[in-house]
Amino acid sequence: MSVPVLSVRDLSKVYGEGDARVHALRGVSLTVERGDYVAIMGASGSGKSTLMNILGCLDVPSSGRYLIEGTDVGSLDERRLAVLRNRKIGFVFQSFNLIPRMSALANVELPMAYGGVGAAERRARALAALERVGLADRVRHEPNELSGGQQQRVAVARALVTAPSLLLADEPTGNLDTASTRDVLEIFDELNVSGRTIVIITHEDDVAEHAKRVVRLVDGRIVDDRRQAPAEGAPPRARTPEVPA
Amino acid sequence: MSRFEILRFALRGLAANKLRSFLTTLGILIGVAAVILLVAFGEGASRSIQQNIQRLGSNTLTVSASFAGGGPGGFAGGRGRGGGGPRTQARQLTLDDARALTDRAQAPSVRSVSPVVTANGTAAVYEGTSHTVSQLVGTYPSYFEATNKVVEKGSYFVNDDVVAARKVMVVGRTVADELFGAADPVGRQVTVSGVPFTVVGVLRELGSSGMQDADDVAIVPLPAVQQSLTGFGPLGSIIVQATGADTTDAAQDEVTAILDQRHGIAPGGAADYRILNQAALQETVSSTIGVFTALLGAVAAISLLVGGIGITNIMLVTVTERTREIGIRKAIGAPRSAILGQFLTEATVLSLAGGLAGVLVALAGSRLPVAGIQPVVVPSSIALALGVSVGIGLFFGGYPANRAAKLRPIQALRHE
Repeated sequence: MSVPVLSVRDLSKVYGEGDARVHALRGVSLTVERGDYVAIMGASGSGKSTLMNILGCLDVPSSGRYLIEGTDVGSLDERRLAVLRNRKIGFVFQSFNLIPRMSALANVELPMAYGGVGAAERRARALAALERVGLADRVRHEPNELSGGQQQRVAVARALVTAPSLLLADEPTGNLDTASTRDVLEIFDELNVSGRTIVIITHEDDVAEHAKRVVRLVDGRIVDDRRQAPAEGAPPRARTPEVPA
Repeated sequence: MSRFEILRFALRGLAANKLRSFLTTLGILIGVAAVILLVAFGEGASRSIQQNIQRLGSNTLTVSASFAGGGPGGFAGGRGRGGGGPRTQARQLTLDDARALTDRAQAPSVRSVSPVVTANGTAAVYEGTSHTVSQLVGTYPSYFEATNKVVEKGSYFVNDDVVAARKVMVVGRTVADELFGAADPVGRQVTVSGVPFTVVGVLRELGSSGMQDADDVAIVPLPAVQQSLTGFGPLGSIIVQATGADTTDAAQDEVTAILDQRHGIAPGGAADYRILNQAALQETVSSTIGVFTALLGAVAAISLLVGGIGITNIMLVTVTERTREIGIRKAIGAPRSAILGQFLTEATVLSLAGGLAGVLVALAGSRLPVAGIQPVVVPSSIALALGVSVGIGLFFGGYPANRAAKLRPIQALRHE
């Protein structure tokens, strides 16, 4: 069996000091295989966002081990951590987090700029990624000229343009209307069909239904880990691709 | 990530807030321009004063009478000349003193000696036109060379004129203009205190130096002015020209020795004359001006520093305001060096643009004379001001940039 994309052991995270100590995570262990589509669910305060930030290498755990494709993240220095975020992880935020006053194209090119990809190749790949999320006609628009759904699709394009092994999405549909939510989830389904490993955080059952596996967090512990579909193959809600709306 | 890429990000960051970038640049611009301009002004003032001193003559010593030493009841109590006996009166400078200084054996460094008698504010009349000549100088022909006075039209008077006490006169440009207007003054007669003088030459224009008009002058043979105006009293001063620039000090020593002997002054005693060494004067003035320039430069440096603090302030604000953006960039894999590079480049571009603009403004500004002084740009001040402004950008921009680059992505992202 191949090395899991993601593997955490006994992960815990404590915020604050003394009386104000908060245990956001209390020993979480999770393994995600290549090609899987995992939804992490939980009420607010359950620690799911904390877990996501640690998985995305945006935050460091108080204790526990975290391996991405066999590499121990805790042993990496700042520089190699940046390379890891750049190459292996694509992150989609709830609030899109595009850089203002930069065109959609420039936003999508940005990770490749930090990754040292040449200008011509960068442009071609960014355009391909934007086309994939159905925004080929919006490449010159700045974030404030795009709707929420369009901004999130730009963010998805930015996350997948470096071909990362792991796509992390923190409530990607939290700020979107129903139609945009459907668009974004469709893109995720397609990406998973084409073999991309996806971990998504949500508190909506509709969104979780798209995943092959649903993990529930309560008070910083995993209380339920249910498989809805095999890790190999198409996600349960995936449809045959249509002409994008 | 290439340097070019980082520069592109930095320029985009600056362009996002044009007014702020402009104002910050302006702060540095003013600082740099002030440093260069004030130093240029100091240098200009220094050169102008040096020129004025050089106008006094080259390699000359001016010996004039002094009443500080030797006089009755003078303070030089320790001189002990003739024990407690009555003091000899301070001696004036005489023609004999001047002749003694021409002794080649005793004063080998002396090239020429010109005794000078000056009458101030003498009225000269030509055909009903009257002009008060501010300086009527009676002297020897060597005076012209010693004091860099050049006859432009006509001729100098010569030693024969002095021996014969001929009433001939060389006038300055102002005197010529006032008395004769457009007419040629050479060969005309001017009456000074009822004595007619024939104008033989006109001096080249020197230009006014501050309060005094150096061209409002008339030069005549020494005996002529003594006969008609001042009488055969003591000399006003003796102008001694040394044989070269490096012998002025030797000449001064020789003159001192001769005069001490003639005036009976013991070694180390207070003299009854003083010697103004033009080279020494120049040195003194230069060092004074140097202090003055340094002071101006220090004031300007403060404004440069204030500009630098402006950059720090703006970079702090920018970094704080864009913390979220920094978080995003780090989340998608921006290494620390790229973040640091971007903000350092922004600060450097600001300070460099301000510095270069400041240099241009200073170069343009230095073309305009201020209070009659033409500023002279000192190249090293440009290098210094530019260097300091870029240094300030790197140093003061470095702190906020480093702070931004060190943030953990999640800390930066949570920042609102």
